[in-house]
Amino acid sequence: MSEQNLSNHFAIETRNLNLFYGNFRAVKDVNLQIVPRKITAIIGPSGCGKSTVLRSFNRMNDFVPGFHMEGEILFHGKNLYAPDVDPVQVRQYIGMVFQKPNPFPKSIYENVAWGARINGYKGNMDELVEGALRAAALWDEVKDNLKKSGLSLSGGQQQRLCIARALAVKPEIILMDEPCSALDPIATLKIEDLMRELSENYTIIIVTHNMQQAARASDYTAFFTMDEDRAGVMVEYGETSQIFTNPRDKRTEDYITGRFG
Amino acid sequence: MNRSVVLSETGNLSVRHQWGKFFQGLFLFSTVIGLIVLGILIVTVVDKTFTLVAVTNKVDPATLADRPLEELSEEELRQILRENLRPARLRTIERDQAPLDEMNQADLTALVTTEIVKPTTRASYPLFQSLTRRAEIEAEIRSEYPDAQIYFKAWLTWDFLQRSMSTKPDLAGVRQAVKGSLWIIFITILVAFPIGVGAAIYLEEYADHRSRINRILQTNIENLAGVPSIIYGILGLAVFVRTLALITSGAVFGVDAGSGRTILSGGLTMALLVLPILIISSQEALRAVPRSLREASYAMGATRWQTIWHHVLPYALPGILTGTILTVSRALGETAPLILVGASSLINKDPQSVFSFFTTLPFQIYNWTVRPQPEFRNIAAAAILVLLAVLLSLNATAIVLRNRLSKRI
Ligand SMILES: Nc1ncnc2c1ncn2[C@@H]1O[C@H](COP(=O)(O)OP(=O)(O)O)[C@@H](O)[C@H]1O
Ligand SMILES: [Mg+2]
Repeated sequence: MSEQNLSNHFAIETRNLNLFYGNFRAVKDVNLQIVPRKITAIIGPSGCGKSTVLRSFNRMNDFVPGFHMEGEILFHGKNLYAPDVDPVQVRQYIGMVFQKPNPFPKSIYENVAWGARINGYKGNMDELVEGALRAAALWDEVKDNLKKSGLSLSGGQQQRLCIARALAVKPEIILMDEPCSALDPIATLKIEDLMRELSENYTIIIVTHNMQQAARASDYTAFFTMDEDRAGVMVEYGETSQIFTNPRDKRTEDYITGRFG
Repeated sequence: MNRSVVLSETGNLSVRHQWGKFFQGLFLFSTVIGLIVLGILIVTVVDKTFTLVAVTNKVDPATLADRPLEELSEEELRQILRENLRPARLRTIERDQAPLDEMNQADLTALVTTEIVKPTTRASYPLFQSLTRRAEIEAEIRSEYPDAQIYFKAWLTWDFLQRSMSTKPDLAGVRQAVKGSLWIIFITILVAFPIGVGAAIYLEEYADHRSRINRILQTNIENLAGVPSIIYGILGLAVFVRTLALITSGAVFGVDAGSGRTILSGGLTMALLVLPILIISSQEALRAVPRSLREASYAMGATRWQTIWHHVLPYALPGILTGTILTVSRALGETAPLILVGASSLINKDPQSVFSFFTTLPFQIYNWTVRPQPEFRNIAAAAILVLLAVLLSLNATAIVLRNRLSKRI
């Protein structure tokens, strides 16, 4: 098999990925292969570079002055950081949901329609909005109030609106950075159920602090930690069941059994 | 060990309470001082605007017509003027102001009054003094001007707003000054708002904050905001009035005003004056837009401009408008730069276009207060009230607009 074909097996593949903020190396030598249409969880202690890795997948770090990378992030065999790649286009294929729900201060309908509209969507907007809201398991709760502000929803609903908004752009991959950390347990479970449904059609990468969540909701888990000079390294990566029942690395075991630190 | 020991540090607590009370009192005191000063200002202005006056007429208006002048038609007023004035005088008036046939009722009444009736305010007593010592004052007037009419006069009247400038306080009005101020403000906003907001967008959203050039630019804008307004006046005089005279006088557009001392020059000078403040306040409004909003937009594959236009600007607009309100208020009250740029102390023509000569309210107030006759201070006080009213209504409009916009979010 040629190298090109091999990389097509994965939704995203990183090769010797190093990420820097100025002179500070936040992430060191990560080789990670994300399986398509599965849920991959990234876990690890605070500050080990989980968000940095995640945000490098859709080039959100471009806005951080001093950020730069070494290595490769392959998406459909193409390095996302190649000079001829347009980061705006990258983000249309790789959407993102943030830690704190951040709907636009616009109506629910507009929240979903906006992304499609600026990306030149010409089809039936009402259908698209309904489809995205249904896919995000929000339609039944908001169908009579589409004109209401997105900010009037509860935290859990807002987060699902943000997911619907991301879906409306028709991405292949959805990145989620601790999407439930601001939500109550019931809203959290709803999002996890939703992720499971979405994984039939989308590749999902989720950063989480919550080990039960990773164990419950993901297919694959990558465990990150910090080495001596505070650079994040990937310690272990594999199927979630294996990581949680039979970790190969001592550090993983300590972390998931709560003996970290 | 013993909790009650920790909780009962009474000495310390009472000292803290005392300090708390002290500062609370201090802040209350400053607020009260501010309110008192404001109160005194308004009382003084009102005191001068409504006064008891002693007026003598050269010609009794009753001999000119059987009704009060205000009730006569424009044609009757023209008739009176033609009958009572020498043709040479009429020609001068028509040349300096406007042909009689084009004047409105208010102007004609004013003309009859100035040219024929010639009332003169012999004495004017401030409101509170007149109320408390009325009898005394009347006796005083009777002894000096036996045939004077004595009555309360409001210097701020509807007529005052409509009358032209005049060398006689009884007949002077602020029509040109109000129009001039509004024209200048209009030009100022028209020029400064887009440039200011544009510069703020560049500096906040596009410029690399670490680059040396942009840091120097930023520092300079902050310094410019502190430059005294008279300096901007000198700049305006040199650049707009002199160097660009061909443009500011309208010569290249075929409406030569004769010199560059026009509304356009005044407005452009004011725009320069307010620009740094406008840029800084707009930058602050842009900086207050949460990062999460921008990230949400970018993460959906929006370009920088789409993000700015659809999310950042709408969110920042109420803040930008607040800054604009404050800035425009400042421009409305500015006097010094316009003196340099050449506000006219006596014009009888209304501003017709940006190439007209102009005067403004604060300039008019300044002019009147430095005149020797005490009656000018009465109309200056009236003009101050007009200025305050214009200011408040501009601000109110902007605040309503701002609240509308922020409610939409
Ligand atoms: N914008 C930034 N500028 C500089 N350093 C940053 C920035 N964001 C994160 N870092 C640093 O990079 C490291 C990894 O951060 P992050 O990816 O946010 O960790 P995590 O999400 O795992 O908690 C931390 O040491 C953090 O201080
Ligand atoms: Mg993080």
